[in-house]
Amino acid sequence: MNTIRNQFSSLHQLREKAPVFLAALFGITIYASVCNLWVPEESVFYVSTYTITLLGKYLCYALLALAVDVVWGYCGILSLGHGAFFALGGYAMGMYLMRQIGDRGVYGDPLLPDFMVFLNWQELPWFWHGFDQFWFAMLAMLLVPGLLAFVFGWLAFRSRVAGVYLSIMTQALTYALMLSFFRNEMGFGGNNGLTDFKDLLGFNLQSDGMRVALFLCSALMLALAYCLSLLIMSSRFGRVVIGIRDAEDRARFIGFKAENYKVSLFVYSALLAAVAGALYVPQVGIINPGEFSPLNSIEVVVWVAVGGRGTLYGAIVGALLVNYAKTRFTAIFPDAWLFALGALFVSVTIFLPWGLMGLFRGKKLFNRERLPWFKRRKNGGETE
Amino acid sequence: MTMLENVKRTVRRYQTWPLSTGEKQPAIDISHQVLLYVEGLSVSFDGFKALNDLNLYINDGELRCLIGANGAGKTTLMDVITGKTHPDSGAVYFGQTIDLLGKTEAQIAQLGIGRKFQKPTVFEEQTVFANLELAMKANKGIVSTLLARLSPSELDWISEVLDTIGLKSHYQMLAGALSHGQKQWLEIGMLLIADPRLMLVDEPVAGMTAQETERTAELLTSLAGERTVVVVEHDMEFVRSIAKTVTVLHQGSVLAEGSMSDVQSDPAVIEVYLGEEQ
Repeated sequence: MNTIRNQFSSLHQLREKAPVFLAALFGITIYASVCNLWVPEESVFYVSTYTITLLGKYLCYALLALAVDVVWGYCGILSLGHGAFFALGGYAMGMYLMRQIGDRGVYGDPLLPDFMVFLNWQELPWFWHGFDQFWFAMLAMLLVPGLLAFVFGWLAFRSRVAGVYLSIMTQALTYALMLSFFRNEMGFGGNNGLTDFKDLLGFNLQSDGMRVALFLCSALMLALAYCLSLLIMSSRFGRVVIGIRDAEDRARFIGFKAENYKVSLFVYSALLAAVAGALYVPQVGIINPGEFSPLNSIEVVVWVAVGGRGTLYGAIVGALLVNYAKTRFTAIFPDAWLFALGALFVSVTIFLPWGLMGLFRGKKLFNRERLPWFKRRKNGGETE
Repeated sequence: MTMLENVKRTVRRYQTWPLSTGEKQPAIDISHQVLLYVEGLSVSFDGFKALNDLNLYINDGELRCLIGANGAGKTTLMDVITGKTHPDSGAVYFGQTIDLLGKTEAQIAQLGIGRKFQKPTVFEEQTVFANLELAMKANKGIVSTLLARLSPSELDWISEVLDTIGLKSHYQMLAGALSHGQKQWLEIGMLLIADPRLMLVDEPVAGMTAQETERTAELLTSLAGERTVVVVEHDMEFVRSIAKTVTVLHQGSVLAEGSMSDVQSDPAVIEVYLGEEQ
C-alpha cells in the first residue's frame, strides 16, 4: 500500500516527474547562455543573441501554453481568450518600461511617454502613476489579469456557462479588449502600443548580458510554473478538477463546489499567462493591441493540441515545436503559414487526439528513472 | 520531555484545526423519526407537470422503494431533493430543521445526502481508487484538497469499501474500463465512502446480471437501519426482494404507499402501473 500512498502524494509525483524536464530545460538554456556570453563569435559553438532572444520568446510562449493546458487539458475549459491575460501582463511590464525611458524619448518629456506628448496630453493619466516603480508594475501585472479572470470566471462558472459558449465568451473578451486598446483615448498608445524601451531595472535591454538574463529568467519562471502546476495537478485538487472535467454533476453530488474550483484554476492559469506576457515584452521590445487578437489565442490552443493536452510537458513541447516551425516556415513561405497551421490542427485532431505526447501515453516519458543517476540510486535503495 | 510530548500531542500529523475544517455542519434533528419531508412539491417544465403536489415522508433508517412508470417524476423528485432542480412550490426538509431548497448540490451532498445516478456516473479517466478517494467524506474546500494527504485510516477505509463493492482487485484500473455493472458498484461504493445519512439510489441494478443483482439487494438491505436508503427501480423482482415499504408515483404525485403486497393489490396501482407488467 506504500505505492498507492506515493501515487497520491504530490511531492512524490514532483520528485518522480520533474527532474527529467528540469534537466532538459536548464541544460539547454545554460548551454545556450554560456555559448552566447563566453564563446567567441567566430567559433562554431557561438549562439547569437538573436537566437537567445528567439529562444526566450519561445519559452514565454511555452509558459502561455502551460497556462492554457492547465485549464483546458485538466478542466476542459477551452479558453480562446488567454491571449488577453498574456497581453495585460505584457502591458503592465510595458508601462514600467515606458516610464523607465524618462527624458530619453524622442520628445524628451521627463514624465510623459512619447505617444502622450504626440497626442498633446498635458499630464499623466491616473492609471499610469506608480508604474515607475518595478514592484508596483509587477503587482499590477498579477493583479489586473488575476482580477479580470476572477470576475469573468465567477460570472461565467457560477451561471454554469460551459463548453462552446464559454469559448465564445472568452473570445469576445479578448476581442473587446483588443478594440478598446486600439483606441488612443484609452491611454495605452493606441495601435502603436508601447515600444522603444531602453532599460529594465537600470540595465540596458539591448545588451547581451540582459538578453541572456531575461532568457534565463523565462526558463526559471517556466520551470517554477511547471513544478507548481505539477504539484497542484497531482494533489487531490488536481483530481477534483479532472473529475469536474469528466463528470461535473458527479463532482457536485459528492460535495465539491465545482464553480469555486473552476474559478480558482482559471485565475491561476491567467496569472501564469500574465507572467509569460510580462517576460515576453522586454524580449521582443514591443507590446501592441495585436496581442489581444483572437487569432493569437487560438494559436495557443493549437500548440497545446499539437503537443498533447493534460500532461503539462505536452503543452510546452507543442509550443516550442510549432513556434520553431513557424519561424522556419514564415521565412520560406510567409503567406502559407496560416494554412499550414490550420492543416496541422486538423490533422492532429483527427490522427493524434492526445497530441504528440499521446504517442508516449503510459510510457512514463518523463519519469526520473530515465535519468541514469536516479536509476542507480533506486536499485541500491528500496527494494519494493 | 513532557513538554515535547505535549507539543507532539497538539501538533499531530493529521491534526485538523478548526480554521481548516470550514463551516460547521448543523445537527440533523430527527426527533420525530422522519428524516426527509417532502411536502406539496410541484415542478413543471414548459407546462408539463413533472411533480404535482407531491407529499412524501421518509423515516430515519428506512429502506424505501419508489416505483412508477416512465415520466412519473421519480428522477425529478431526486433532482429536487439533491438541489439540481428548483421546484415551483413546496417544501423539502432534512430532519426537522434543515431546509434543502435554496441549497446547492454541493452543500446538500455535504449534509450527508448521497445520490447515485440512473446512468452510472463515475470519473472515467481516473482509477477506481481515486474515485473513492474523491468521494470520501472529507473537507471539500479548495485549500484542504490542495493540501490533502491520504492518512492510514483513510487508506483502510477505502480498502474496506473496495472489499464491500468487490472491486479490490481492480483498484488500479481506470473507472472507464469497468463493466457496466462494476461501474454501478463503484458508484454505490462512492456513496458508501461518503458516509451519507440518506442515500438516493436511482436504478441500481440496471445492466447487472442476476447474480450481481442479488448481491446489490443484499448490500442495500444491509445498509438500511444505520442509513436511510431510497431506491428507484424498474425491476419489480428486485423491488419485491428488498422492499418493506413501496411508494408508487403516478403523474407527479403519490398514488399508493404501503407494503409490496398492499400496493400490488391496490386497484389504482394495478390499473396504471403493475397492470402493464403482469
